[in-house]
This record gives sequence, structure tokens and C-alpha cells, in this order.
Amino acid sequence: MLGTGLIKGMAQTAKNFVGSYQGPERLVTVQYPEERLAPKENARNFPFLVFDGDDAQKGLRCVACQICEKECPPKCIYINKSKDKKPDYIGKPQFYPATFDIDISVCMSCQICVEVCPFDAIKMDKVFELSTTDRFEALLLHKTELAKPNEYFQELHPTEAAEIDTRFAEEKLKAEAKAKADAEAKAKAAAIAAAPKPEPAPVDGSIPTPVAPKTI
Amino acid sequence: MSFSNSGNTGGETVIPSSDSPSLNGVTAAIDFDEPQKSYSLLPKQNSEVPGELLEVAMGPHHPSTHGVFRMDVVLDGERIVKLKPVFGYLHRNHEKIAEGTSYLGSIPYTDRLDYLCSMSNNWGYALTVEKLSGFQVPERAEYIRVIMAELTRLVNHICLVGFLMQDMGAMGTPLMYAFREREKILDLFEAASGARMMCNYLRFGGVRCDLPKGWLDEARKVVENFPRFLDEFEALLSGNEILIARAQGVGVLGKELAVNAGITGPMLRACGVNYDIRKVDKYGIYDRFDFRVPLGEHGDVFDRYMVRVLEMRESLKILKAALRDIPEGLIVDAKAKSRGLRPKVGEAYGRIEGPKGELGFYLISDGSANPYRYRVRPPSLINLTILEDMCLGLTIADAVIILGSVDIVLGEVDR
Repeated sequence: MLGTGLIKGMAQTAKNFVGSYQGPERLVTVQYPEERLAPKENARNFPFLVFDGDDAQKGLRCVACQICEKECPPKCIYINKSKDKKPDYIGKPQFYPATFDIDISVCMSCQICVEVCPFDAIKMDKVFELSTTDRFEALLLHKTELAKPNEYFQELHPTEAAEIDTRFAEEKLKAEAKAKADAEAKAKAAAIAAAPKPEPAPVDGSIPTPVAPKTI
Repeated sequence: MSFSNSGNTGGETVIPSSDSPSLNGVTAAIDFDEPQKSYSLLPKQNSEVPGELLEVAMGPHHPSTHGVFRMDVVLDGERIVKLKPVFGYLHRNHEKIAEGTSYLGSIPYTDRLDYLCSMSNNWGYALTVEKLSGFQVPERAEYIRVIMAELTRLVNHICLVGFLMQDMGAMGTPLMYAFREREKILDLFEAASGARMMCNYLRFGGVRCDLPKGWLDEARKVVENFPRFLDEFEALLSGNEILIARAQGVGVLGKELAVNAGITGPMLRACGVNYDIRKVDKYGIYDRFDFRVPLGEHGDVFDRYMVRVLEMRESLKILKAALRDIPEGLIVDAKAKSRGLRPKVGEAYGRIEGPKGELGFYLISDGSANPYRYRVRPPSLINLTILEDMCLGLTIADAVIILGSVDIVLGEVDR
């Protein structure tokens, strides 16, 4: 009969309408500015720079290797390498970025900078309410705006941050142990060098050995 | 009302009707010496034809054109006597940019080809680079790829049906139901890859990161609930008299024309040609899954709608099996490297059955870090080429739904 399909369809819309008052199955929206869904752990928006410790500029993990600048597909990262070096988290002297700018009006949030960074210095943020009235200067983020503490990163991506932190701690321990061992070895060598070496023992046997050079 | 003009059996080019002499003038040889007066699509007017032909530029900013796409139509009353698709408004130089970018750097650009199905686009490109460089994909990554590609197919088809209904005048309701379900799948994408649409998830020889904890259970829940939604959706639409009246017998595409024009995907299968690259090529691990290829019979708009609905059901079958069998293990080939990849000199063509048709990537490597040539075979563009043949003789309202049933995304058409 003509019209049964229509009536069936209307029954479906009625079902959906009534159902939307009863469960989250059919009403999936939330009232946005007041209510917010918790962001997913993997969610990403724009990159930021991670720093350790209290000082945002001294503690930056970035060593200005410029890999992210090269690999960035839309080329929105601008880095100037410093002239001098400063110690990193294990005490090794490293370069640091004199300037580090990201133009987020160009950035396409692809996460490739994060992937290629060997120092875990650049990570993805989840902030998305970024509208401004100035589309040039306000969207070109400088080093000062990009630097965010490690605690913030731990909050955003707990699993990944925990893994990185343990790795860094291990490396630091290893580096300290190595430094200690090195220092000990050095001290030992110095001690050996300082002490007078004993005469080489006389060699038994008929064949005379080549003359050992006499030190001291 | 008669659709006799479009009801051509077989695949010859449609000639609107022999009794409109206005079109016959077009076939006359072009006289190059005669200066062209002005650009016009209007065929030469014949004084015997009563009334005038009207040229209308539909688009580029028209709500029914799915983006910035223009149809220059010539109308006789309300009937279309000539139609010329005009595109290029969204051209972003994708292929040339890729020639200047590293192999890794092109993956996020492939997301932006067909922005509804970024996961499938990633797969097509990754497949080609794997052919070029010989990486092996681990078992778990293969399963993840199949799961993502089939979820993408659900997203694409559900959106398409929603938009098609919107074009037919069902303002909002089916589209909103479709978007509600799509949202659940996009949440899965976000949990796995970090982004809802521009996923950038696949890598050469695997995927970027492993699935987060509990993701598979979430996905199983979504897949289990999806058939219920599909049943509802079909109850809402498939038997609807208005849909049937609008869609059946409209935009008929013959088998021969479809094959000759290189049409692929659900468009081709709606004409009754059994061709699915998942079955033909068996790329990835598709030979392990048991699924059927739905075929249409008439090649009209209704068949295209129906083929897509049935394809979603088959996709759900694949998804169920893949989510059941997915093993633990590596997610990326240990030998694969993404940064600084320099494949050996050679060329490769990789193709997948994207939701819209055969999505192919052609790469030539000269041994450097950038591809020497990068070419995309976009299904949307090639499926669009026969638009005129399907629309001639029909009304302008039919042209809108025919365009909707072709399933184009302008990001892919223009690249």
C-alpha cells in the first residue's frame, strides 16, 4: 500500500525522538561550553616544548638539532641554533635553540615533529580553544609561549610520559655511574702514574730477551 | 513523466533525443579560422525550436555540490541538454608538493585527499611505498589496517547516504542519524591515532603506534551496535515511497559505459559488474576474510544507495572477524624506517579498494629522499567523468541526486 514506507519511517523518527530522552545511545551530544568531554589520551592538536625543572628556558630539552624543522611537511617550524652550549639533564653540554618559533596558522597537527625528535623535547598539546583576533603575530608561537613543564606533559599523556621519565632516570643514573667510574679510573691512573714503577722481573731462559726499555 | 531519454540499454553515449536538432549542430566540424565570439556552452540555436535554451552555472558555491564544484548546465525548460562539470577550485598542488617532500612527509597530505577516509588513503600510499622498498608488514599491523579501513568504509558510506538523502530533500534527519553513528567511529579513530579525521596513522611497514588499552573492546561494542542502527536506517529509508520515486530509474549507467570509462567502486558494482579489488588483488590479508560483494542490477541511483548499505553489512562481517582474530605482536617492521627513507631506483603502483573506488598511487623513485614522480589515481575524479551521460534528459533536481550518488569528495577530485 502506498504510504506504508512513510509511516514506518515516521515510527523510526518517533522512536529516536523519544529514545533521545532516555539514554546516551541516541543522544550523544553534550552542552559544550559548560559540559566538556574528557580528551582522549592520544589526542593531539599543536606541538609544545617540554622543559624539566623550574626554569622554562634553561630546562628545555630541545638541543636545536633542527630535525623537526627539516621533516615538518608544511615547514612551519623556525629554529636558530645558539652559539654557546649549556648542560642538559645528564650534564652533557648541548646547544639550545636561540629562537624556536612555530607558526600554528600553518601547522597541520600531523605529529611528525614529535615522531622524529630523538630527545623527546617536542610533544603534542591538547588545547584547542585558540581563537584570536590577530592572525599573524598571535599565531606565531615563540619559545616562551611554547615551553611547558614536564608535569603538564605527564598530565596530558601519562603513559608516554611515565615511559620517557623512567628512561631518562635510567640514562641519568648510567651517566652518573659512568662519570663516577671515569673519575675513579682517572684518579687510579693518576695514582699509578704518580707511583714509581717496579723493575721488570728478570726473565728465566737461555735466549736473551730483547732489551726491555727502561722507564724511569 | 518519462525517463526515456536516459533509459538507454547498453552503454552507447547518450544522445538526448533525435528530435532536438539543436544538439546536432555540435557535431559539425569546428572552423578554426572563424574567431570565437565568446565562451558559451549553448549549442547553436535552431529557429524551429520553440523557446530558448538556458545556461546555468550551478555552483561553485551551491549546497548540493558537496564542496566547490560547478556544473555548467544547459536547460531546455527543466530538462538538461548539456552538462559540463568544472572543477579545480580546490586544487592544492598535492602531487607536486609530494615530489618536494620526503616519503614520510607525504602521509599527512594523503589524509587530506579524501578527507572522510584518511585511513584508507594512508593505506594506499603506504602499500605503494612498501612495494617500492620491500618492507614486510607484521601480522598485528595488517589486522589493524583492515579494521581501520573497514571502519572508514562505514564512515564514508554512512555519510554518503546521509548526504544523498539531504540532496533529495530529507532535510537533516537521516544525515543527523548518520553523523551520530559516525561520531562513535571517529571517537575510535581519535583514541587510536590522536585525530578524528586527519589520522596520519599508518607508516611504511606497519602503523605508527599500538592500539591503546581497551580500544579493541570499545571497537567490538561499536561494531556490535552498528547493525541495529543499520536496520533502523533501512526501515527509515529503503521502503520510503518518496525515495523510491526519486531514485529508481534515475541516472542509469550502463555496464559497458561504466567499464569503458574506468568507473570503480560501488558505482561500478551498482551496474552489476563484479569487481572489487579486495577480491581481485587480495592486498593485505583480505583473502582471510569471508565476505561477499553486493551487486546492483540497474545501475540507477537506488541501486547505488542499496549497494552501499549492503556493503556496510559486509564490512561489519569483516570487522567482526578481524576484531576476533587480531593477534599480539609487533606493529611495525623492524627493518622499516620512515625518516630518511631512500628506496632503490624503481617504480611502483599500489592500489586499494577505497570506499569510493580504486584508489591508486604511482611512485617513481630515483634513489633520492623524494619521489621523482608521485601520482594519485583518485576514484572520485574518474567516477565523475560520466556525469553528463547519466544526467542528459533528466531534470536539474535529478542531476543533484545523481551527483550525490556518485560520491565525490572535492579534496580528492582536485587534489
